[in-house]
Amino acid sequence: MIAFLVRRLVQAAVVMLVISVLSFSIQNHLGDPLRELVGQSVSEEIRDALRTEMGLNDPFLVQYWRFLGNAVKGDLGTSYFFKRPALEVIMDKLPATIDLVMGATFWILVFSIPVGAFAAINPKHWFSRLSMGFSIVGISIPVFLTAIFLIYVFAVELGWLPSYGRGDTVTLFGVWTTSLLTGDGLRHLLLPSISLASVILPLFVRMIRSEMMEVLETEYVKFAWAKGLPRQRVWMVHAFKNTLLPVVTVGGVQIGIMVAYTILTETVFQWPGMGFMFLEAINRVDTPLIVAYLIVVGLIFVITNTVVDIVYGLVNPMVKLVGKHDEQ
Amino acid sequence: MALLSIRNLEVVFPLRTGTIPAIQDVSYDLEEGERIGIVGESGAGKSVSAFAILNLVSQPGYLSSGSIVFEGQEISNADDETMRRIRGNKISMIFQDPMMTLNPVLTISTQMEETLLAHTRMTREAARSIAIEKLRAVQIPSPEKRLEQYPHELSGGMRQRIVIAISLLTDPRIIIADEPTTALDVTIQAEILELLLALCNDYRMGLILITHDLGVVSQISQRILVMYAGRIIEQGNTREVIASPAHPYTRGLVGALPEMTRPGRRLNQIPGTMPSLQSIPTGCPFHDRCSHVTDLCRSHRPDLVSGSRRAVACHHPLTG
Repeated sequence: MIAFLVRRLVQAAVVMLVISVLSFSIQNHLGDPLRELVGQSVSEEIRDALRTEMGLNDPFLVQYWRFLGNAVKGDLGTSYFFKRPALEVIMDKLPATIDLVMGATFWILVFSIPVGAFAAINPKHWFSRLSMGFSIVGISIPVFLTAIFLIYVFAVELGWLPSYGRGDTVTLFGVWTTSLLTGDGLRHLLLPSISLASVILPLFVRMIRSEMMEVLETEYVKFAWAKGLPRQRVWMVHAFKNTLLPVVTVGGVQIGIMVAYTILTETVFQWPGMGFMFLEAINRVDTPLIVAYLIVVGLIFVITNTVVDIVYGLVNPMVKLVGKHDEQ
Repeated sequence: MALLSIRNLEVVFPLRTGTIPAIQDVSYDLEEGERIGIVGESGAGKSVSAFAILNLVSQPGYLSSGSIVFEGQEISNADDETMRRIRGNKISMIFQDPMMTLNPVLTISTQMEETLLAHTRMTREAARSIAIEKLRAVQIPSPEKRLEQYPHELSGGMRQRIVIAISLLTDPRIIIADEPTTALDVTIQAEILELLLALCNDYRMGLILITHDLGVVSQISQRILVMYAGRIIEQGNTREVIASPAHPYTRGLVGALPEMTRPGRRLNQIPGTMPSLQSIPTGCPFHDRCSHVTDLCRSHRPDLVSGSRRAVACHHPLTG
């Protein structure tokens, strides 16, 4: 277990290094931060002096090395717009995004497993055909369209749910704000989380269905029938457990990808998370904030993938996490 | 009264191109403790006829007519729960490839205990001790340790022994073995066959052995059924049938055994291939491969005289 973790951590560090090089190197191609920072009226000499002072005229490697040294200490630069450390700005926005992703994950877990399994077991049932049809529609419609549609129906026409913002929040441990614990917060979360889930959920339903259909055709499932097991046991223990293996792998990555999808959802719902913040940062050419966002998202990705690998090992006996080896 | 009595069994597969009969008019009896072998080429309907007994034919195939009487009860139209109680309890199965038969994510103990718990009210501990006893019966060393292992930790021969142990758990009346040794190498094959034979004798179990290997049948079974294109074309005492096959196809099969040819000589073979089930010729299905063919064979399908111990479906059976 320790060896596995160490290996995974080294891998994660390498991945983070690559991400940092990539995200840092785009910062010279995003336009001139000075224009945003000081406006039109400042003369070219002062601009150049400012550039030198900020280190923007140094060679790339020198700049990168300085950035990396600071990053290791937890300093990802200072946002030009907020005039605060970029990491601090992101950390303010992170809880809102995590709320949103958790809400969407909830919908995915609650619906994809029963619907996918049902459609695999009864492929010709009307409900299976209906959900397969809906899933194609769900995958094809972009998030922002679903979001606008939901707002139109439930906020504008019916007036049942709020159309923007995060609602009441609770602060946990003095640092983490969440809207998951207040009724108003949950009401605000409903539409954004559904629209975020609308792209990934159909993908999960289809994936679980096709994987499980394949597993149901295997010899060991036929053998389970031949042993006279009750059908629930054949489906849920023999077939479903094997279905989970590929689903966990792909699913974990998808949850990481969902963090990226939050940019669209948060923008439509004016959700004060880091996706919304990222879009604004791009508009303001706030390069340190952009770079910091990319690195934080990369980190989230690496963490979810590591967790997925560990979970995979727990589900699949053929992956040995524990160093123990049975002597034959 | 036979333990298992099958009459005029027909299984069809409705496909887009039309309904295909996988087996037709299959009838045989299995007495208590009797061992029969079903032989034939791939696609002759051997496996389908066996899976049909437990109503486990793969979709979209189904039992379209015929009767299956087991222990005096008609089971061809029984409901799911009745069939579930027979499967793995009174009639169990052994599959072809032990590498694929056991569930990769469940321990051996789970896969053994669940079978017992599905059929008998008992505690896990009781189920476990029966599992250990049966693992001993199939000569698996240190069974307590094997129970904690996963299938991938065991060899093919070991896994097939475990599959056999699972089939023995509930002391079934009949075991259906679908090519139980095809996926194993020759030395392991012999061991597994010997084990099956010994177990059938010890527990007085009936055995339906499906194979394409005449050598295996002659070693194990008292009676032999030869299938061709979905029908039984010859049946009888194994020794008699192999010594003097009456159907030209059976004679061809026996003649194709490598033991029948002197070393260095070209092996005998039956010309042509078995017709596809979609285009079984009129008359005798074997007529276009048969060297004794007459006009009668081309126009009229010979019937198998059922009921007698030795039966053949041929207009011109061979003698001697």
